Amino acid sequence: MKLADMLLANYKLLLVLNRFDIHLGFGEKSIEEVCNKRGIPTSLFLLVCNVYSFSDYLPPKDKLQSFNAKDLIQYLHSSHAYYKEKSIPEINKKLTAIVTRINSKAALMLQRFYDDYQTEVLNHFNYEETVAFPYVDSLLNGNICKEYSISKFEENHSNIEEKLNDLKNIIIKYLPDADSPEELNDLLINLFELEDDLEKHTLIEDKILIPIVSQLELRK
Amino acid sequence: MESKKKYKLTIVEPSVIITQGLKALFAPHPEFEIINCYSDFSHFLERINSSKTNIILMNPSLIDYQKRMNIKSHFSSLPDVILFAIEYNYIESEVLKQYNGTIEITDDIATIVRKLKQAIENNQENSENGDNYELSDREIEILTSVARGLTNKEIADLHNISIHTVISHRKNITRKTGIKTVSGLTVYAMLNNLIDQSDIE
Repeated sequence: MKLADMLLANYKLLLVLNRFDIHLGFGEKSIEEVCNKRGIPTSLFLLVCNVYSFSDYLPPKDKLQSFNAKDLIQYLHSSHAYYKEKSIPEINKKLTAIVTRINSKAALMLQRFYDDYQTEVLNHFNYEETVAFPYVDSLLNGNICKEYSISKFEENHSNIEEKLNDLKNIIIKYLPDADSPEELNDLLINLFELEDDLEKHTLIEDKILIPIVSQLELRK
Repeated sequence: MESKKKYKLTIVEPSVIITQGLKALFAPHPEFEIINCYSDFSHFLERINSSKTNIILMNPSLIDYQKRMNIKSHFSSLPDVILFAIEYNYIESEVLKQYNGTIEITDDIATIVRKLKQAIENNQENSENGDNYELSDREIEILTSVARGLTNKEIADLHNISIHTVISHRKNITRKTGIKTVSGLTVYAMLNNLIDQSDIE
Protein backbone atom coordinates (compact mmCIF):
# COMPACT_ATOMS: atom_id res chain seq x y z
CA MET A 1 0.00 0.00 0.00
CA LYS A 2 1.16 3.50 -0.73
CA LEU A 3 1.87 5.52 2.39
CA ALA A 4 0.01 8.49 0.91
CA ASP A 5 -3.16 6.40 0.45
CA MET A 6 -3.07 5.35 4.07
CA LEU A 7 -2.92 8.97 5.22
CA LEU A 8 -5.71 9.95 2.88
CA ALA A 9 -7.81 7.19 4.42
CA ASN A 10 -7.13 8.31 8.00
CA TYR A 11 -5.62 11.75 8.49
CA LYS A 12 -5.07 11.12 12.21
CA LEU A 13 -2.12 8.95 11.22
CA LEU A 14 -0.27 12.18 10.44
CA LEU A 15 0.51 12.30 14.16
CA VAL A 16 2.00 8.81 14.00
CA LEU A 17 4.11 9.82 11.04
CA ASN A 18 5.69 12.70 12.93
CA ARG A 19 6.52 10.48 15.86
CA PHE A 20 8.37 8.06 13.62
CA ASP A 21 10.16 11.03 12.15
CA ILE A 22 8.79 10.39 8.67
CA HIS A 23 8.44 13.57 6.65
CA LEU A 24 5.86 14.34 4.02
CA GLY A 25 6.88 14.46 0.39
CA PHE A 26 7.41 10.72 -0.10
CA GLY A 27 5.65 10.70 -3.47
CA GLU A 28 4.24 7.36 -4.59
CA LYS A 29 6.42 5.27 -2.28
CA SER A 30 4.94 2.29 -0.47
CA ILE A 31 4.78 2.05 3.31
CA GLU A 32 7.56 -0.50 3.30
CA GLU A 33 9.87 1.60 1.12
CA VAL A 34 9.48 4.65 3.32
CA CYS A 35 9.99 2.64 6.53
CA ASN A 36 13.10 0.92 5.16
CA LYS A 37 14.54 4.22 4.11
CA ARG A 38 14.10 5.69 7.59
CA GLY A 39 15.22 2.52 9.34
CA ILE A 40 11.88 1.87 11.03
CA PRO A 41 10.56 -1.71 11.31
CA THR A 42 7.55 -1.83 8.98
CA SER A 43 5.78 -4.31 11.25
CA LEU A 44 5.94 -1.90 14.19
CA PHE A 45 4.79 1.02 12.08
CA LEU A 46 1.80 -0.99 10.85
CA LEU A 47 0.92 -2.21 14.34
CA VAL A 48 0.81 1.35 15.62
CA CYS A 49 -1.24 2.53 12.62
CA ASN A 50 -3.69 -0.33 13.13
CA VAL A 51 -4.17 0.45 16.82
CA TYR A 52 -4.70 4.07 15.82
CA SER A 53 -7.25 3.32 13.13
CA PHE A 54 -9.35 0.46 14.48
CA SER A 55 -10.69 0.73 17.97
CA ASP A 56 -11.04 -3.02 18.45
CA TYR A 57 -7.73 -4.03 16.89
CA LEU A 58 -5.68 -6.47 18.91
CA PRO A 59 -2.08 -7.04 17.78
CA PRO A 60 -1.46 -10.71 16.92
CA LYS A 61 1.12 -12.29 19.21
CA ASP A 62 3.62 -13.27 16.50
CA LYS A 63 3.75 -9.67 15.22
CA LEU A 64 4.97 -8.49 18.62
CA GLN A 65 8.25 -10.37 18.24
CA SER A 66 9.07 -8.95 14.84
CA PHE A 67 10.90 -5.78 15.85
CA ASN A 68 13.21 -4.36 18.48
CA ALA A 69 11.32 -2.92 21.45
CA LYS A 70 13.78 -0.01 21.48
CA ASP A 71 12.07 1.37 18.39
CA LEU A 72 8.74 1.23 20.19
CA ILE A 73 10.19 3.06 23.20
CA GLN A 74 11.55 5.68 20.83
CA TYR A 75 8.08 6.13 19.37
CA LEU A 76 6.45 6.46 22.82
CA HIS A 77 9.14 8.91 23.79
CA SER A 78 8.37 11.11 20.77
CA SER A 79 4.66 10.95 21.61
CA HIS A 80 5.38 12.21 25.11
CA ALA A 81 7.46 15.03 23.69
CA TYR A 82 4.57 15.99 21.42
CA TYR A 83 2.10 16.14 24.33
CA LYS A 84 4.51 18.00 26.57
CA GLU A 85 5.71 20.50 24.03
CA LYS A 86 2.68 20.95 21.84
CA SER A 87 -0.83 19.78 22.70
CA ILE A 88 -0.83 20.40 26.44
CA PRO A 89 0.79 23.89 26.34
CA GLU A 90 -1.47 24.88 23.44
CA ILE A 91 -4.59 23.97 25.38
CA ASN A 92 -3.21 25.78 28.39
CA LYS A 93 -2.67 28.92 26.34
CA LYS A 94 -6.19 28.88 24.94
CA LEU A 95 -7.76 28.18 28.31
CA THR A 96 -5.75 30.93 29.98
CA ALA A 97 -6.90 33.43 27.36
CA ILE A 98 -10.54 32.52 27.99
CA VAL A 99 -10.18 32.49 31.77
CA THR A 100 -8.48 35.88 31.73
CA ARG A 101 -11.29 37.35 29.67
CA ILE A 102 -14.11 35.88 31.76
CA ASN A 103 -12.16 36.70 34.91
CA SER A 104 -14.52 35.19 37.47
CA LYS A 105 -13.61 33.12 40.50
CA ALA A 106 -15.16 30.10 38.87
CA ALA A 107 -13.10 30.56 35.73
CA LEU A 108 -9.98 30.77 37.86
CA MET A 109 -11.01 27.50 39.50
CA LEU A 110 -11.25 25.96 36.07
CA GLN A 111 -7.74 27.13 35.32
CA ARG A 112 -6.54 25.58 38.53
CA PHE A 113 -8.32 22.38 37.65
CA TYR A 114 -6.45 22.29 34.35
CA ASP A 115 -3.16 23.09 36.08
CA ASP A 116 -3.70 20.07 38.33
CA TYR A 117 -4.50 17.91 35.34
CA GLN A 118 -1.41 19.14 33.55
CA THR A 119 0.83 18.40 36.53
CA GLU A 120 -0.64 14.95 36.85
CA VAL A 121 -0.16 14.06 33.18
CA LEU A 122 3.37 15.41 33.14
CA ASN A 123 4.21 13.45 36.29
CA HIS A 124 2.87 10.35 34.67
CA PHE A 125 4.97 10.85 31.53
CA ASN A 126 7.94 11.62 33.66
CA TYR A 127 7.46 8.39 35.57
CA GLU A 128 7.36 6.42 32.34
CA GLU A 129 10.42 8.20 31.03
CA THR A 130 12.51 7.82 34.17
CA VAL A 131 11.34 4.49 35.59
CA ALA A 132 9.42 2.33 33.11
CA PHE A 133 11.36 2.95 29.91
CA PRO A 134 14.83 2.59 31.47
CA TYR A 135 13.57 -0.64 33.02
CA VAL A 136 12.60 -1.98 29.58
CA ASP A 137 15.96 -0.84 28.27
CA SER A 138 17.86 -2.73 30.92
CA LEU A 139 15.75 -5.84 30.27
CA LEU A 140 16.63 -5.61 26.60
CA ASN A 141 20.28 -5.40 27.55
CA GLY A 142 19.86 -8.64 29.43
CA ASN A 143 19.81 -7.27 32.97
CA ILE A 144 17.55 -8.65 35.63
CA CYS A 145 15.68 -6.35 37.94
CA LYS A 146 13.82 -7.97 40.78
CA GLU A 147 12.37 -4.87 42.42
CA TYR A 148 10.27 -3.73 39.47
CA SER A 149 7.90 -5.39 37.06
CA ILE A 150 5.90 -4.03 34.16
CA SER A 151 2.66 -4.94 35.92
CA LYS A 152 3.16 -1.85 38.08
CA PHE A 153 3.17 0.24 34.99
CA GLU A 154 -0.36 1.27 34.10
CA GLU A 155 -1.72 2.21 37.48
CA ASN A 156 -2.65 5.83 37.15
CA HIS A 157 -4.03 6.20 33.63
CA SER A 158 -7.67 6.16 34.59
CA ASN A 159 -7.63 9.17 36.88
CA ILE A 160 -5.98 11.23 34.16
CA GLU A 161 -8.69 10.27 31.70
CA GLU A 162 -11.42 11.15 34.17
CA LYS A 163 -10.06 14.64 34.70
CA LEU A 164 -9.91 15.35 31.00
CA ASN A 165 -13.43 14.06 30.64
CA ASP A 166 -14.62 16.33 33.47
CA LEU A 167 -12.98 19.33 31.89
CA LYS A 168 -14.84 18.75 28.61
CA ASN A 169 -18.08 18.26 30.47
CA ILE A 170 -17.73 21.43 32.50
CA ILE A 171 -16.83 23.56 29.49
CA ILE A 172 -19.63 22.21 27.34
CA LYS A 173 -22.34 22.37 29.95
CA TYR A 174 -21.52 25.00 32.49
CA LEU A 175 -18.99 27.56 31.35
CA PRO A 176 -20.98 30.68 30.54
CA ASP A 177 -19.31 32.53 27.71
CA ALA A 178 -21.43 34.45 25.26
CA ASP A 179 -18.61 36.69 24.05
CA SER A 180 -16.51 34.34 22.04
CA PRO A 181 -18.05 30.98 21.24
CA GLU A 182 -15.45 30.26 18.54
CA GLU A 183 -12.65 30.49 21.04
CA LEU A 184 -14.39 28.03 23.33
CA ASN A 185 -15.14 25.67 20.44
CA ASP A 186 -11.56 25.81 19.39
CA LEU A 187 -10.42 24.85 22.89
CA LEU A 188 -12.94 22.00 23.03
CA ILE A 189 -11.81 20.58 19.69
CA ASN A 190 -8.26 20.56 21.04
CA LEU A 191 -9.44 18.76 24.17
CA PHE A 192 -11.28 16.11 22.16
CA GLU A 193 -8.22 15.60 19.98
CA LEU A 194 -5.94 15.26 22.97
CA GLU A 195 -8.32 12.79 24.57
CA ASP A 196 -8.47 10.66 21.41
CA ASP A 197 -4.76 10.77 20.98
CA LEU A 198 -4.02 9.87 24.60
CA GLU A 199 -6.49 7.01 24.38
CA LYS A 200 -4.57 5.57 21.42
CA HIS A 201 -1.31 6.19 23.22
CA THR A 202 -2.55 4.18 26.20
CA LEU A 203 -3.72 1.40 23.90
CA ILE A 204 -0.29 1.22 22.29
CA GLU A 205 1.27 0.90 25.72
CA ASP A 206 -1.28 -1.68 26.89
CA LYS A 207 -1.56 -3.76 23.74
CA ILE A 208 1.97 -3.60 22.38
CA LEU A 209 4.49 -2.54 25.02
CA ILE A 210 3.20 -4.47 28.03
CA PRO A 211 2.80 -7.83 26.23
CA ILE A 212 6.32 -7.50 24.79
CA VAL A 213 7.85 -6.68 28.15
CA SER A 214 5.94 -9.45 29.93
CA GLN A 215 7.42 -11.85 27.40
CA LEU A 216 10.90 -10.50 28.11
CA GLU A 217 10.35 -10.90 31.84
CA LEU A 218 9.30 -14.52 31.39
CA ARG A 219 12.50 -15.31 29.57
CA LYS A 220 14.61 -14.27 32.52
CA MET B 1 -34.21 17.89 16.44
CA GLU B 2 -33.50 14.43 15.20
CA SER B 3 -36.69 12.69 14.24
CA LYS B 4 -35.34 9.17 14.58
CA LYS B 5 -33.21 7.97 17.44
CA LYS B 6 -30.11 6.05 16.49
CA TYR B 7 -29.22 2.85 18.28
CA LYS B 8 -25.63 1.75 18.65
CA LEU B 9 -25.08 -1.96 18.24
CA THR B 10 -22.23 -4.14 19.40
CA ILE B 11 -21.84 -7.62 17.99
CA VAL B 12 -20.03 -10.26 20.04
CA GLU B 13 -19.85 -13.31 17.83
CA PRO B 14 -16.98 -15.66 16.89
CA SER B 15 -18.16 -16.39 13.36
CA VAL B 16 -16.99 -13.89 10.77
CA ILE B 17 -19.68 -15.10 8.40
CA ILE B 18 -22.42 -14.25 10.87
CA THR B 19 -20.88 -10.92 11.90
CA GLN B 20 -20.47 -9.83 8.30
CA GLY B 21 -23.93 -11.15 7.46
CA LEU B 22 -25.51 -9.07 10.24
CA LYS B 23 -23.56 -6.02 9.11
CA ALA B 24 -24.86 -6.43 5.57
CA LEU B 25 -28.43 -6.96 6.77
CA PHE B 26 -28.35 -3.86 8.97
CA ALA B 27 -26.78 -1.67 6.29
CA PRO B 28 -30.16 -0.52 4.86
CA HIS B 29 -31.37 0.32 8.40
CA PRO B 30 -29.60 3.54 9.39
CA GLU B 31 -31.41 3.70 12.75
CA PHE B 32 -29.19 0.81 13.81
CA GLU B 33 -25.50 1.58 13.70
CA ILE B 34 -23.00 -1.21 14.35
CA ILE B 35 -20.24 0.45 16.34
CA ASN B 36 -18.08 -2.51 17.30
CA CYS B 37 -17.66 -6.20 16.61
CA TYR B 38 -15.78 -8.59 18.84
CA SER B 39 -15.04 -12.23 18.25
CA ASP B 40 -14.26 -12.81 21.89
CA PHE B 41 -16.20 -11.89 25.02
CA SER B 42 -13.11 -10.99 27.07
CA HIS B 43 -12.05 -8.41 24.47
CA PHE B 44 -15.45 -6.84 24.72
CA LEU B 45 -15.27 -6.79 28.53
CA GLU B 46 -11.97 -4.91 28.37
CA ARG B 47 -13.68 -2.11 26.52
CA ILE B 48 -17.06 -2.23 28.16
CA ASN B 49 -16.55 0.75 30.46
CA SER B 50 -15.99 3.09 27.56
CA SER B 51 -18.69 1.51 25.44
CA LYS B 52 -21.62 3.70 24.38
CA THR B 53 -23.60 0.81 23.05
CA ASN B 54 -27.39 0.56 23.43
CA ILE B 55 -27.85 -2.94 22.06
CA ILE B 56 -25.58 -5.97 22.32
CA LEU B 57 -26.03 -8.93 20.02
CA MET B 58 -24.11 -11.76 21.54
CA ASN B 59 -23.49 -15.43 21.10
CA PRO B 60 -24.17 -16.81 24.62
CA SER B 61 -21.76 -19.70 24.14
CA LEU B 62 -18.85 -17.23 24.25
CA ILE B 63 -19.25 -16.96 28.00
CA ASP B 64 -17.83 -19.70 30.21
CA TYR B 65 -20.43 -22.22 31.15
CA GLN B 66 -20.37 -21.36 34.86
CA LYS B 67 -20.72 -17.65 34.25
CA ARG B 68 -23.58 -17.83 31.78
CA MET B 69 -26.22 -17.75 34.48
CA ASN B 70 -25.29 -14.35 35.81
CA ILE B 71 -24.79 -12.46 32.64
CA LYS B 72 -26.21 -9.09 33.68
CA SER B 73 -23.45 -8.71 36.26
CA HIS B 74 -20.98 -8.15 33.42
CA PHE B 75 -22.96 -5.20 32.16
CA SER B 76 -23.32 -3.12 35.30
CA SER B 77 -21.68 -0.17 33.52
CA LEU B 78 -24.45 -0.30 30.92
CA PRO B 79 -27.63 -0.40 33.02
CA ASP B 80 -30.04 0.31 30.15
CA VAL B 81 -28.43 -1.91 27.56
CA ILE B 82 -30.57 -4.32 25.57
CA LEU B 83 -29.03 -7.76 25.31
CA PHE B 84 -29.90 -10.13 22.49
CA ALA B 85 -28.70 -13.68 22.05
CA ILE B 86 -27.54 -14.86 18.64
CA GLU B 87 -28.76 -18.42 18.62
CA TYR B 88 -27.64 -21.10 16.22
CA ASN B 89 -26.45 -23.82 18.50
CA TYR B 90 -28.13 -25.24 21.55
CA ILE B 91 -28.33 -22.87 24.51
CA GLU B 92 -30.20 -23.75 27.71
CA SER B 93 -33.50 -21.92 28.05
CA GLU B 94 -32.48 -20.83 31.55
CA VAL B 95 -29.58 -18.92 30.01
CA LEU B 96 -31.71 -17.37 27.28
CA LYS B 97 -34.17 -16.05 29.87
CA GLN B 98 -31.60 -13.50 30.92
CA TYR B 99 -31.52 -11.94 27.49
CA ASN B 100 -34.05 -9.36 26.31
CA GLY B 101 -34.57 -11.43 23.18
CA THR B 102 -33.13 -13.89 20.72
CA ILE B 103 -32.09 -13.64 17.11
CA GLU B 104 -32.34 -16.96 15.36
CA ILE B 105 -30.18 -17.94 12.46
CA THR B 106 -33.24 -18.29 10.21
CA ASP B 107 -34.69 -14.84 11.03
CA ASP B 108 -34.92 -12.36 8.19
CA ILE B 109 -33.95 -8.76 8.77
CA ALA B 110 -37.55 -7.56 9.09
CA THR B 111 -38.05 -10.01 11.95
CA ILE B 112 -34.79 -8.98 13.60
CA VAL B 113 -35.65 -5.28 13.40
CA ARG B 114 -39.13 -5.93 14.74
CA LYS B 115 -37.75 -7.93 17.68
CA LEU B 116 -35.22 -5.22 18.50
CA LYS B 117 -37.81 -2.43 18.35
CA GLN B 118 -40.15 -4.39 20.59
CA ALA B 119 -37.37 -4.87 23.13
CA ILE B 120 -36.45 -1.17 22.98
CA GLU B 121 -40.05 -0.23 23.70
CA ASN B 122 -40.29 -2.62 26.63
CA ASN B 123 -37.05 -1.31 28.00
CA GLN B 124 -38.21 2.29 27.89
CA GLU B 125 -41.33 1.46 29.86
CA ASN B 126 -39.25 -0.22 32.53
CA SER B 127 -36.66 2.49 33.09
CA GLU B 128 -38.03 4.93 35.63
CA ASN B 129 -37.90 8.61 34.64
CA GLY B 130 -34.46 8.16 33.13
CA ASP B 131 -34.70 11.53 31.40
CA ASN B 132 -34.56 13.61 34.54
CA TYR B 133 -31.04 14.96 34.73
CA GLU B 134 -31.65 17.91 37.04
CA LEU B 135 -30.09 17.51 40.46
CA SER B 136 -32.56 17.16 43.33
CA ASP B 137 -32.29 19.48 46.33
CA ARG B 138 -30.78 16.69 48.37
CA GLU B 139 -28.23 15.96 45.69
CA ILE B 140 -27.27 19.63 45.57
CA GLU B 141 -26.67 19.56 49.35
CA ILE B 142 -24.47 16.47 49.02
CA LEU B 143 -22.66 17.94 46.04
CA THR B 144 -21.93 21.10 47.99
CA SER B 145 -20.40 19.05 50.78
CA VAL B 146 -18.33 16.99 48.36
CA ALA B 147 -17.10 20.15 46.66
CA ARG B 148 -16.05 21.56 50.02
CA GLY B 149 -13.80 18.57 50.43
CA LEU B 150 -15.71 16.58 53.03
CA THR B 151 -15.28 12.80 53.14
CA ASN B 152 -18.20 10.42 52.74
CA LYS B 153 -18.16 9.77 56.49
CA GLU B 154 -18.29 13.48 57.30
CA ILE B 155 -21.10 14.03 54.82
CA ALA B 156 -23.07 11.14 56.30
CA ASP B 157 -22.72 12.59 59.82
CA LEU B 158 -23.58 16.11 58.70
CA HIS B 159 -26.79 15.11 56.96
CA ASN B 160 -27.71 12.27 59.29
CA ILE B 161 -27.72 9.64 56.59
CA SER B 162 -25.79 6.42 56.10
CA ILE B 163 -22.55 6.28 54.14
CA HIS B 164 -24.31 3.95 51.75
CA THR B 165 -26.87 6.67 50.98
CA VAL B 166 -24.09 9.21 50.46
CA ILE B 167 -22.44 6.91 47.93
CA SER B 168 -25.69 6.36 46.12
CA HIS B 169 -26.30 10.15 45.94
CA ARG B 170 -22.79 10.63 44.60
CA LYS B 171 -23.37 8.02 41.92
CA ASN B 172 -26.51 9.83 40.81
CA ILE B 173 -24.72 13.19 40.82
CA THR B 174 -22.02 11.76 38.56
CA ARG B 175 -24.59 10.14 36.31
CA LYS B 176 -26.48 13.41 35.93
CA THR B 177 -23.57 15.83 35.58
CA GLY B 178 -21.11 13.51 33.85
CA ILE B 179 -18.42 14.73 36.27
CA LYS B 180 -16.42 12.08 38.07
CA THR B 181 -13.59 13.70 40.00
CA VAL B 182 -13.95 15.65 43.24
CA SER B 183 -12.01 18.61 41.85
CA GLY B 184 -14.31 18.60 38.82
CA LEU B 185 -17.34 18.70 41.11
CA THR B 186 -15.80 21.62 42.99
CA VAL B 187 -15.49 23.59 39.77
CA TYR B 188 -19.06 22.66 38.90
CA ALA B 189 -20.33 23.85 42.27
CA MET B 190 -18.53 27.17 41.89
CA LEU B 191 -19.73 27.75 38.35
CA ASN B 192 -23.27 27.16 39.54
CA ASN B 193 -22.81 29.40 42.57
CA LEU B 194 -23.42 26.59 45.02
CA ILE B 195 -20.26 27.39 46.95
CA ASP B 196 -17.93 30.30 47.32
CA GLN B 197 -14.19 30.23 47.06
CA SER B 198 -13.98 30.93 50.79
CA ASP B 199 -15.68 27.56 51.39
CA ILE B 200 -12.76 25.63 50.05
CA GLU B 201 -9.73 27.65 51.05
